[in-house]
Amino acid sequence: MPNVRAWFSRLFGLFRKDRRNAEMAEEIQQHVDLLTERNVAAGMSPQDARNAALREFGGVEQIKETAREQRVWMWADEFLQDVRFGARMLLRTPGFSLLVILCLMLGIGTNAAVLSWIEGILIRPYPLVAHQDRMFALASTTRGADGNTGLSYPDFLDLQKNSTLFESLIVDRITGTSLSVGDRAERASGAIVTANYFDALGVKLFLGRGFRPEEGEGRNAHPVAVISYQAWKDRYKADADIIGKTQYMNGVQHTIIGVAPEKFHGTFIGYSFTFWVPTSMQETFDTTGYKLENRGERWIEGYAFLKPGVTRLQAQAELNAIAQRLENDFPDTNRGNGFQLFPLWKTPFNQAGNMTSTLAITMAVVFFVLLIVCANVSNLLLARSLLRRHEMTMRLALGAGRRRLIKQLFTEGLLLALIATAGGIVVAYWCRNALVLSFPSPAAGIVIDLPGQIDWRVLVVSAGICIVATLLFALVPAINASHVDISGALKSDGGGVVGGSNRSRLRSALVLVQVSLSFVLLAGTGLLLQSLQRMQNTSPGFSTDVIVSGADLFSAGYNLERAKAFHTQLLDRTREIPGVESATLARLVPFSYGVFSSAPLEFDGYQPAPNEQINVSYNEVAEDYFKTLSIPIVAGREFQRTDDENAVPVAIINETMAAKYWPGKDSVGQRFKAKDRWVQIVGVAKNVNYENKIELPRAFFYVPTRQNFFISNNLLIRTRENPGAIRAALAREVHALDANLAPTAPWRVKEQVDRKGYTHRLAVTLVAIFGGMALFLAAIGLYAVMSYSVSQTTRELGMRMALGARGADLLRLVISRGLRLTFGGIVIGTIAAFALTRWMGNLLYKVSPRDPITFFSALIILVAVALIACLVPARRAARIDPARALRT
Amino acid sequence: MAKEKPDLVYGTLDMLILKALQHDPRHGLAIADRIHQMSKDILHVEQGSLYPALYRLEAQGLIKAEWGVSDNNRKARYYKLTAAGRKQLAAEREHWSRITKGIGFVLSGA
Repeated sequence: MPNVRAWFSRLFGLFRKDRRNAEMAEEIQQHVDLLTERNVAAGMSPQDARNAALREFGGVEQIKETAREQRVWMWADEFLQDVRFGARMLLRTPGFSLLVILCLMLGIGTNAAVLSWIEGILIRPYPLVAHQDRMFALASTTRGADGNTGLSYPDFLDLQKNSTLFESLIVDRITGTSLSVGDRAERASGAIVTANYFDALGVKLFLGRGFRPEEGEGRNAHPVAVISYQAWKDRYKADADIIGKTQYMNGVQHTIIGVAPEKFHGTFIGYSFTFWVPTSMQETFDTTGYKLENRGERWIEGYAFLKPGVTRLQAQAELNAIAQRLENDFPDTNRGNGFQLFPLWKTPFNQAGNMTSTLAITMAVVFFVLLIVCANVSNLLLARSLLRRHEMTMRLALGAGRRRLIKQLFTEGLLLALIATAGGIVVAYWCRNALVLSFPSPAAGIVIDLPGQIDWRVLVVSAGICIVATLLFALVPAINASHVDISGALKSDGGGVVGGSNRSRLRSALVLVQVSLSFVLLAGTGLLLQSLQRMQNTSPGFSTDVIVSGADLFSAGYNLERAKAFHTQLLDRTREIPGVESATLARLVPFSYGVFSSAPLEFDGYQPAPNEQINVSYNEVAEDYFKTLSIPIVAGREFQRTDDENAVPVAIINETMAAKYWPGKDSVGQRFKAKDRWVQIVGVAKNVNYENKIELPRAFFYVPTRQNFFISNNLLIRTRENPGAIRAALAREVHALDANLAPTAPWRVKEQVDRKGYTHRLAVTLVAIFGGMALFLAAIGLYAVMSYSVSQTTRELGMRMALGARGADLLRLVISRGLRLTFGGIVIGTIAAFALTRWMGNLLYKVSPRDPITFFSALIILVAVALIACLVPARRAARIDPARALRT
Repeated sequence: MAKEKPDLVYGTLDMLILKALQHDPRHGLAIADRIHQMSKDILHVEQGSLYPALYRLEAQGLIKAEWGVSDNNRKARYYKLTAAGRKQLAAEREHWSRITKGIGFVLSGA
């Protein structure tokens, strides 16, 4: 490159511009002097000689300008000049600049954080998994019933065999085990998966291999496992020879055949899995028994990859056809059973499904805030553009080109937007970390992984919207200037009645938009806050102070008989612990993430509607369950110790079940048939919440543990002592029964109840933060508009004052105009909110989406804020000195 | 200000300046004089276009400027050809002679 030096000198030249200009002037001066000398030598008088020389040379200044423009890199030169000038202009009005930058920063930052988070959870939730666009969740549905269940394994195999539109179908079922770490037990989560799991997902193992097809078959025939990268590093100390080594899990020695890659956490959003085992090991890992050959046991969380080019509707049609065939072939188990594909963001089995409504609302809120930000920034820029009209006309009059003015304003807008984007990125990262931090672990010992990386595309979009809006409105002064009749504009600067012109109408419209959006957000926030408060104050119907503990007998390899003996003795011993008021067993603790047992039921004297599949959930509990949890028995009796395997099978039903199947009759003493057994109803319990506080009342029943025994049970204790105090005593008792066992750390049901309400709290917190932000932004917008109109109408206000108006009159004039805008916005906002809050239905708890108190509070808050925003400029108006206002 | 009809073919001024600087460094007025003289008084360089052209050439790295002292002891900015300028001059000359030859053929043809 021969021209590198020239290039550098040019680049350098940009920064030596002032010297260059001086040189240029001097050179031309010299030239003119030489010409003058020559003319003098030719006999002219010095004055004539000089004039002639200047004439010959032409317009010195124009030449200088043309010469300057000739320089390459002219644009860069100009650009730097613009940047410097722009920075000076922004610094001259630091309040304005700060407000604009702050608004943009908050808008860009929060948007990017929240949208990235949503995108990470909903759209591409699984790092490393290929073709997530063709991946769908697969579940069973029951005709005429809401919700869905898992698939049964025989159904799954039939789907695999008979479908043609799927590339692959996989089984995924969350499970867990206790792994010993030194002398304590640690819970590890894993998944039971089909042998094709890793191949179908396109996940390449870090070490070893995935499952072979034959390893998915047989009953407990292939004890092999793939472990996670994290487990390999932490638990196995990154052992390079791990493949082929063994690990005891649930009492069976498993051979480790592979290590998953680092970023792969499994396909259950919200959990990081530690291990994967093939479907053949289902019985070993499922506390509820062997299910691989039972078509009625629906436990599988399925995923399907469509073949390229196949639509979800086509695939769904094929599934429907297969479901129809299975219904004909196996009416006992498959009556009313269908299969349904879900997009990943609606996955019914995991956290993402729970969060859909939260995220949707958050997204709407964030979008609103972005709109408010844009309206606000536009407003501020518009207000300033009017302030700068004088400057623009002046510059036009002095000979600046319009192109040049536009470029100048463009640069200023860009400067604002870029600073704000840089700030926005910082805010985005901060927000993202705050969001992830605020997500609690769902259960002790289970690591959570939410892929909330800041997505650059999202950042680009949010920043892009803001930048475009900024630039668009930044250019308004230039566009205005091109229409300005220069002499006219210079003469009269801002006359007008408060808020008369076209542009002030545009600004008023923007304020209207802002106020109405803010009102919607405020109303939404109010509704959510109110429902949150009601939710926290409402009891789920049982005592949440109950302490939960137990021992993981399943992982310890206990069989049913030993477990029965262990639990009976543990229960007796626990009841003897000082401070314990009562104790009981339950297979599932209410509000846990586990799934209640459920069974199709038949009744004496109840004729189900055609196609009605009566399927009711139940829990297996020991005597004193209702006493321990303080659930009132409204009829009949509580379970007793004598309700064991030698006695008649009994059940306690809830009020809803009693009212639905034995309306107007005494249900105690009636019978129903579940799992081929007639069960006698001995009591009716009050309705409580079973899984969360927002569920609707539903039929539910309880059966005695001793008649329906499972190896794993939770020990529930009612005591005035705290969990820490109980812990030592429990450890002693468990140890006395089995020296190798330790109890799980005791915790209160309350913790789990709170955890379950987390989604709701998260939504409320987010909406509350954004609602506050929107309020703040709307206040800024109002303030900017009012403050501007006051400064623009100083002359008019001064005139009014000179004509006898008092300060209080002007105060009233300005405030009333501000409030007119506010009320206009509120009216629009109320209509919009009425339409929009309906969609929050499932997040609202015992609050009407049109709750008048909430709407009224939102109105009061907004008016109060608007008053404050108008008061500052209004007071300024009231203090105007008419003499000075009229002179300027 | 009404413009005179330029007596130079558009785009040739740069070439003429390079040529005027071929042997000795000169200042602005001397360049104009030199072109006037070499053209046997036919071409008159408009001062208004001289300096823009000089700055353009300097920015392109074809000529280089430095302060010197003129014959009558005045400070003046002297321009001289760079290596790139020399190459450019040769190229333009070649280009020019081809063009004029072509134009000659066209004009003298039947």
